[in-house]
Amino acid sequence: MTYLTKPKFHHPDLPKNSLGYTHRDYEGTVSTLCAGCGHDSITAAIIQACFELSIEPHRVAKISGIGCSSKTPTYFLGNSHGFNSVHGRMPSVLTGANLANRDLIYLGVSGDGDSASIGLGQFAHCLRRGVNMVYVVENNGVYGLTKGQFSATADRGSKSKRGFINTDNSIDLVAMALQLGASFVARSFSGDKHQLVPIIKAAIAHRGAAFIDVISPCVAFNNHAGSTKSFDFVREHNEAVNRLDFISSRMPIEVKYEPGTVEVVEQHDGSKLALRKLAADYDIQDRTAALGFLQHHAAKGQIVTGLLYVEAESEDLHAHLHTVQTPLNALGEKDLCPGQTTLDKFNAGLR
Amino acid sequence: MPTAASISRVNDFVVRFANVNGSGSASANEMFARAVMRMGVPVAPRNIFPSNIQGLPTWYEVRISEAGHLGARGGTDLMVAMNPQTFDRDIAGIEPGGYLFYDSTKPMPPSKFRDDITVIGVPLTAICNREYTDPRQRQLFKNIIYIGALSALLDMDVKVVERLIGEQYKGKDRLIEPNIKALHIGRDYAVLNLQCPLSIKLRRANAVGDRIFIEGNSAAALGAVYGGATVCAWYPITPSSSLADAFTRHCAKFRIDAETKQAKYAIIQAEDELASIGVVIGAGWNGARAFTATSGPGISLMQEFIGLAYFAEIPAVLFDVQRAGPSTGMPTRTQQCDVTSCAYASHGDTKHVLLFPEDPAESFEFGAQAFDLADRLQTPIFVMLDLDIGMNHHLSKPLAWDDSRKYDRGKVMTATELEAGKEFGRYLDVDGDGIPYRTYPGTHPTKGSFFTRGTSRDRYARYTEEGAPYVDNMQRLIRKFETAKDLVPRPLIANAGKPTKYGVIYYGSTSPAMDEAIHMIEARGHALDRMRVRAFPFHSSVNSFVADHDFVFVVEQNRDAQLRSLIVNECGIDPVRLVPILHYDGTPITARFIAKAIGDHLDKLTVKPMKVTS
Repeated sequence: MTYLTKPKFHHPDLPKNSLGYTHRDYEGTVSTLCAGCGHDSITAAIIQACFELSIEPHRVAKISGIGCSSKTPTYFLGNSHGFNSVHGRMPSVLTGANLANRDLIYLGVSGDGDSASIGLGQFAHCLRRGVNMVYVVENNGVYGLTKGQFSATADRGSKSKRGFINTDNSIDLVAMALQLGASFVARSFSGDKHQLVPIIKAAIAHRGAAFIDVISPCVAFNNHAGSTKSFDFVREHNEAVNRLDFISSRMPIEVKYEPGTVEVVEQHDGSKLALRKLAADYDIQDRTAALGFLQHHAAKGQIVTGLLYVEAESEDLHAHLHTVQTPLNALGEKDLCPGQTTLDKFNAGLR
Repeated sequence: MPTAASISRVNDFVVRFANVNGSGSASANEMFARAVMRMGVPVAPRNIFPSNIQGLPTWYEVRISEAGHLGARGGTDLMVAMNPQTFDRDIAGIEPGGYLFYDSTKPMPPSKFRDDITVIGVPLTAICNREYTDPRQRQLFKNIIYIGALSALLDMDVKVVERLIGEQYKGKDRLIEPNIKALHIGRDYAVLNLQCPLSIKLRRANAVGDRIFIEGNSAAALGAVYGGATVCAWYPITPSSSLADAFTRHCAKFRIDAETKQAKYAIIQAEDELASIGVVIGAGWNGARAFTATSGPGISLMQEFIGLAYFAEIPAVLFDVQRAGPSTGMPTRTQQCDVTSCAYASHGDTKHVLLFPEDPAESFEFGAQAFDLADRLQTPIFVMLDLDIGMNHHLSKPLAWDDSRKYDRGKVMTATELEAGKEFGRYLDVDGDGIPYRTYPGTHPTKGSFFTRGTSRDRYARYTEEGAPYVDNMQRLIRKFETAKDLVPRPLIANAGKPTKYGVIYYGSTSPAMDEAIHMIEARGHALDRMRVRAFPFHSSVNSFVADHDFVFVVEQNRDAQLRSLIVNECGIDPVRLVPILHYDGTPITARFIAKAIGDHLDKLTVKPMKVTS
């Protein structure tokens, strides 16, 4: 952790994106998390993804719950509005924000305690509603801020820093997200930027509930031998099903692949997901098979990562509710208030 | 002949229907009440129902009062006893000289009745069995048949009832004829076999005026429509569910874009009350007008979020349709028992704005105004209805709206102002009213963004755990609460005809009973100044009203004198000067109760001096 203020100056030749912004324009304040924390790598990946997508920083709303992970929205996109809400309740606050203005990009940041324990209900319900958002769980299997208690994603049999063995079964948020109808489901590892950045970009371009579980080791409380969320363990047991290249609809570059090695999925906005298959028969558009694949590999102690499921032509909550295209927060009296004449008729019907 | 003289009154009596819920009686009973209103006679029906769908006792009480008393009165003049389960206690509730109407198909021993009432038997089951073969029809038409019999007994205009049947089944026209037939079966039986009319009866009058017949929940929901609410998130709970249902209905009618047929609103039935208020806060933060409707248990569940909205200063509107607590309490009975839990909701030092509508018209008015107040004050606003206001039809002033009215969106800094270099500090009080400026997310590429949090921060929304900025912020929140005192609806005062040392404070659904009780108290020779409190925080006139009297009664519908505690606490008043008058058995407070409690208290003060004999 550092208490230094981040310097404002930067190299004049920093690369700029199509909006003329540099990488620095997507940063926030200096992280106050522990040095080496996996969460900081996720922060860096989010910054990278937004920079590369040339998103206007202020068009993103970043919303979180409570915990180490939920602190991170201050560390990226300093020109975006952020909301550090209450423990486990990011999904409802984000849902409300999304209903108020459908035109912004919604980035929900949560942790395993926040989403798998206290907020399991809200996690489930925002996914089944199809709220248009990117939902990132920074998953380290422990409660960091309260000093290392197991969370609900800690695997049965894993060992805490103090030597306790976890006897409870773990919750796999990815399996739940698949079952609950999330239209984009991925798992990645904070130590694998090359995998994570394209997944975040694809999730932002996705319309509907995009869920990303990112295993993010806690260097202070869960990075020891016997932990199944340590850097070493995740590296050894990582079973990536694919490698994703995200091709934005605005991107003119043609990516060339050897025939037969790549599957291309086009999303609603014209963006393309080019997937180099690593697991031979894996079909990312088959929800049921994805669940089976996950459970099969989990039983073998493997952590399946990659883009695991995508529904290319998905709908979101606004489509379900048939809301107007104008953001609801931009409607005024003229649109909203029926006026006295209507009220006179209403009164007349009640006599 | 009854041993007591039969009650003999025109346009001034109480009819109580005792039914089994799920038997289809509700719509027939409501039709009876509407018919009274259509005859120009003020009517106040109250539905007393169980937390159950089918099989338990339910009552529908209709107070008929040409003088315009709309509060519950207490006692029954005519009991329509259709429920064998409650037969004995229903008979016990009839006033001496009153009337019992019952299904006489099965003979009953005289011991089942009282000798001081008039007993009217109609063999309803036998008539239905004769007329209908379908068991469902036998049940449903039984209700209309007794309405028909009552129309003769009470000398009602049968054309009025026929017209109401026509309106009720509009669109399902094949049901009109059989219902009208059933009505006349009952009416004809009464005319041929009973002495009609009774000495309690109806007569056409002209005392209803332009008033409308509406439930408070429906009016409040329409207030939300007129007030510009676009997001509603709720979780089903009695007695507030019908408010969200009404909002859904009103929006489907008034908020669909004429061209695109798309919705200018979003309604979420959430997974629980926590999610409901979370959605409301998220939407409020993002610049939409949002509300939830709930009751006491929901308020308990929302506590943490309410504290966040208070501290992070996010507009939100909560309609709390109160029911009897604590815990699950009596979920289908009325109380004013959430005053304390809403006024000080959440942990830490918090205070919230409460509005107390007295009836549907004010539920509409405050329902709309709450959104202006929430935006202006950037804080949760509680509209405190109760089951009596919310779920019963009330004869109410027509709803009114001023078309020139503009929404007050409060202090929102725009992109233009930011661009022009106007200083923005999210928690900076620039003009001393305690209310800072906010920006909506997405306003400007480089200026005006801030981080919203429930943790302490400085005037520029930067995280801090320093004591001084924390205290500075908490003091500003108090300043803001002071500002609220002059923005919320003011108390209304009605002084007695002559100077008096005593006053009474009341609020919400107590209003009609208090208005009636004041005449009864005056008839006992006492004078009382009245103040109806309509909001918290209290306007300064509450302090002066108490100061101007030796003591003041505080009438409320809870056990712990919650509003009195608030007055004591917030106005720094000696508790001895506020005398609690408390009614909390779950039934609506009555004029009789208030008049007796206050009258007895005042009688004791006017004891005649003892004669001294030497």
